[in-house]
Amino acid sequence: MAREGRETALAGIGATEFSKRSGRSELQLAAEAVKAACDDAGIAPAEIDGLVTFTLDPSDEIGLIRCLGVRDLAFTTRIPGGGAASVATLHQASAAVAAGAAEVVVCWRAMNERSQLRFGQPQAGGAFAPGSGTSSLLWCMPFGAQTPGAWAALRARPYLDAFGVTNRDLGRVSVVQRGYAARNPAAWFHGKPITLEDHQASRWVVEPVLRLLDCCQESDGGVALLVTTLERARRLRQPPVRIVASAQSIPAEVEVISSYYHGDLTSMPEAVGTAERLWARSGLGPGHVQAAMLYDAFTPQVLMQLEAFGFCGRGEAKDFVADGQLALTGRLPVNTHGGLLGEAYIHGMNSIAEGARQVRGTSPNQAKDVEHVLVSCAMAGAILGRA
Amino acid sequence: MEASRLSTSTRPDPIETPDTAFFWAAAARGELAALACADCGELRHPPRPMCPACHSTRRVERRLSGRGRVLTWILPRHPAPIGFAEPPVVALVDLAEGIRLVSNLVGVAPEAITVGMPVEVEFAPTTSGRAVPVFRPVR
Repeated sequence: MAREGRETALAGIGATEFSKRSGRSELQLAAEAVKAACDDAGIAPAEIDGLVTFTLDPSDEIGLIRCLGVRDLAFTTRIPGGGAASVATLHQASAAVAAGAAEVVVCWRAMNERSQLRFGQPQAGGAFAPGSGTSSLLWCMPFGAQTPGAWAALRARPYLDAFGVTNRDLGRVSVVQRGYAARNPAAWFHGKPITLEDHQASRWVVEPVLRLLDCCQESDGGVALLVTTLERARRLRQPPVRIVASAQSIPAEVEVISSYYHGDLTSMPEAVGTAERLWARSGLGPGHVQAAMLYDAFTPQVLMQLEAFGFCGRGEAKDFVADGQLALTGRLPVNTHGGLLGEAYIHGMNSIAEGARQVRGTSPNQAKDVEHVLVSCAMAGAILGRA
Repeated sequence: MEASRLSTSTRPDPIETPDTAFFWAAAARGELAALACADCGELRHPPRPMCPACHSTRRVERRLSGRGRVLTWILPRHPAPIGFAEPPVVALVDLAEGIRLVSNLVGVAPEAITVGMPVEVEFAPTTSGRAVPVFRPVR
């Protein structure tokens, strides 16, 4: 399918350090990350004319452009659904630039998610009102499912049971990603690989699905991504990372994390929908992708996305992982920065930055002969490629 | 305070919204209810103010049998859920009428739970004297 509008590129990536206590405001983290993305691209912050973030981000656009010295914003939007917004920010920034609504759009996410509002702590009150994109969480709270881990485990278990996936199988995802993190100086778990035995010895968070080492971190930090036209990106500081295709998919009755209402829970319809659109728009398939960054708040999500995108058959992801295919020597290196488990939990945005590094050839765990990288948060995805 | 408002339960109260209040009001009466479209009859959960099949906004509450089967379950251990002395068994229950609820399984040890196990509803009080539907294996 021919692409509509102008070609777009991810021309700059920026981040703060990833920590457990940043010691500064979330707005400051956002401003630092955006400035870093501008510096990476070689664009003055004043040239930003579009901003995209999550509905959940605590900083506002006006506060941010006051920091950055932006003259006049032409385009803003916010995306619901927690981490499902991550790759959707890139998709919508790309769509805005392709359509000519803006020229330099920055996507950001910044939070003190460990030192201020901890997502991993239980909540029983009304914080999950409609508008968060996860409105049916209200059906979970009075039953004691009050954390992302509980919601995700209840969602994942029918898949795990249908295909005989054990917690030990999930542990292999964690082990390979912590291996990547161990070699990534920016990762919180730099220098701290784990073994499968370490994983199996970690305490149950949600029995019998998730142990501690199946769960992402809680992190302080910020990440920003600068999107502009491919034509302009060719004249900027970095080798351009082309946004070959991008897509969202929110199928009927599917929710973000408490997704229990769409019938068959042994597959991930939102990732299947995203995959269909990405392959159709790009003319590519799973065989054309040399690395993938798959949203990994919890290990089962990695297996389900591998199947949805067709990297292996239904029920085969546990064997794909056990055969070592997620390693640098395997067929599809996955989450080579360490993922949200190993590097940091910046709500998926740091995984998009790693996708860009793989295309540029600057990953701390560089895959070989990279032409295309998939970045996915299931409800949205993008294929990044060499220009 | 009315006697009926007194509760020793520490279970969190339901979060009520305009479109879900009927469900919790029914639970407080000891009834399990779902919304059906008043025009085409389609039953739906989670509830919503418009029928996705015929777009009618006319709706009726339908009382359900309270019988269903366990689809899956988990034990949230850490961090401890607010309001529960022991980790509750959180389950998905497929009701006989064809809709699915998040709920708790009571009166059964985790190791005795099987997928497809038949269960029936009962009601558990919450901290302010409201109630939520929970499920117990059919004897």
